[in-house]
Amino acid sequence: MVLVLVESLDDELSRQALTLAASLDDAVHAVSGVGEYAPAGWGRSLLEVIEELSPSAVLAPGTDRGNEVLAHVAAMLDLPMAANCVAISPGDPAAVTRIRWGGSLFEDATVHGSPLLLTVAPHAVAAEPVEVAQLRELEAAGGDGMVRVIEHVPASTAGVSLAEADVVVSGGRGVGSAEGFGVIEELADLLRGAVGCSRAVTSAGWRPHTDQVGQTGTKVAPEIYIACGISGATQHLAGCKGAKKLLAINPDGEASILASADYAVIGDLHEIVPAISAEIRKARGA
Amino acid sequence: MNILVCVKRVPLTGGKIVLTDDARAISTRHLGFTISPHEECGAEEAVRLVEQHGGSSTVLTVGPPEAEEQLRDVMAIGVDRAVHLVTDDEEWDPQATAAAIVDAIREVPEPYDLFLFGNESADAGNYQVPIRVAHALGLPCVTGVKGIAVSDGQLRCEQEVEGGRDIYELSMPAVITVKEGLNLPRYPSVPGRLRAKRKPVEDSTPPRRQPRLEMVRLHLPAGSGKQVEVLGHGPEAAPAVVGILRELGLV
Repeated sequence: MVLVLVESLDDELSRQALTLAASLDDAVHAVSGVGEYAPAGWGRSLLEVIEELSPSAVLAPGTDRGNEVLAHVAAMLDLPMAANCVAISPGDPAAVTRIRWGGSLFEDATVHGSPLLLTVAPHAVAAEPVEVAQLRELEAAGGDGMVRVIEHVPASTAGVSLAEADVVVSGGRGVGSAEGFGVIEELADLLRGAVGCSRAVTSAGWRPHTDQVGQTGTKVAPEIYIACGISGATQHLAGCKGAKKLLAINPDGEASILASADYAVIGDLHEIVPAISAEIRKARGA
Repeated sequence: MNILVCVKRVPLTGGKIVLTDDARAISTRHLGFTISPHEECGAEEAVRLVEQHGGSSTVLTVGPPEAEEQLRDVMAIGVDRAVHLVTDDEEWDPQATAAAIVDAIREVPEPYDLFLFGNESADAGNYQVPIRVAHALGLPCVTGVKGIAVSDGQLRCEQEVEGGRDIYELSMPAVITVKEGLNLPRYPSVPGRLRAKRKPVEDSTPPRRQPRLEMVRLHLPAGSGKQVEVLGHGPEAAPAVVGILRELGLV
């Protein structure tokens, strides 16, 4: 049997992990944490279930919590763990393919040890219905190094959330200054979208890190991503490859971003973006 | 307080990744090197906490001889000294890396109060070395932290989660992994760079454990297969852009 740590049986990323687990073994058992989150505590409880059921593999979705809880288990068992896998072939050693550089590169690796511990990269496999033999609730077990969430502070609900926006208008180094984002904000507002930016922009202090799209920023999945003055570093593309369409506005017709773009306008964003905003107003008769 | 911040040398990949002929590494012939973005924030936080609370900071890396460049970069923003666990060119797996770090920490005469790591490395992204270190040392660990406050030996850490922030409180010594956004790292000054050249780097060559997560080869994802459609040049392309937005139901 294989054991899967899930957020819930309906959660999309958990269902993807269950799908990959079902390709390894017919008997899939699931566990889900309850109560306030406690990383080491959940790990210790998961370890008790592993000792009782002796699964051949333990999987979790490649989320912050999935990676964290499974790493605690791996540390306690002194076993290897492969994070963010997209494919597995069981065996001794098992062979996995996992992502590096936020998905810009794949690694084929072997994993020596049993049970096999791995997390599943988000959106690497399509979720299919999986029959789960048993779902157990996991309460945090106490012990050394026990920490737990003591308080949850809700986010302010003002504005459109970058991660969930249908439109993201994003600016890079080519915007030139903090003030230069005025035209980006105007277009984002007209499209009821969110403003994003590249890492160069947050490092320069032009925008807060909460606006950063990329491997170490927010991962977005809008209907359209409008990249203005962004060259297209792998760090940035790792954050916007979930976009359904990508429009690049760039003075350089050879910029890396064009290789990932559906549409491009070549030229100066400071002329093009206001022209697009004006054209939208005209089309709306305002 | 005494702080240890751990960093990893990684290539500055730019726009396109090219692999070496044996497909076991990124070709770095035309690339510079840096540390992972999360770790830049870890180093900045170490410097700020020592500025506020006194004590000293140390940067540690497990990496090839060339990684001394990254240790000097980190010392240039104000970290006091460095520990270099020198490896061969092969990348070590997370268990071997954690074991080498733990052995080095155990040898230090004056113990650390706080261990700062990046949440995950930019390249391998294994998400586990700090947690392994915490278990080996019997310390509490919080990951993905974007806010740290210290008072009376207690840490209050903030983590961004869906719908808000989770707060943890724990006592030191502790292992904390941080994410970019924790702070805005400073640029090294010229005097800072000069001082960094004279700061001590303690080298040692730890034995390498047999890898148990063993890299076989790297490969690039299949191309997007996209063929970009150039809508035009300059502001005259605006109507064509609005045409696309209309197709998507946005105008």
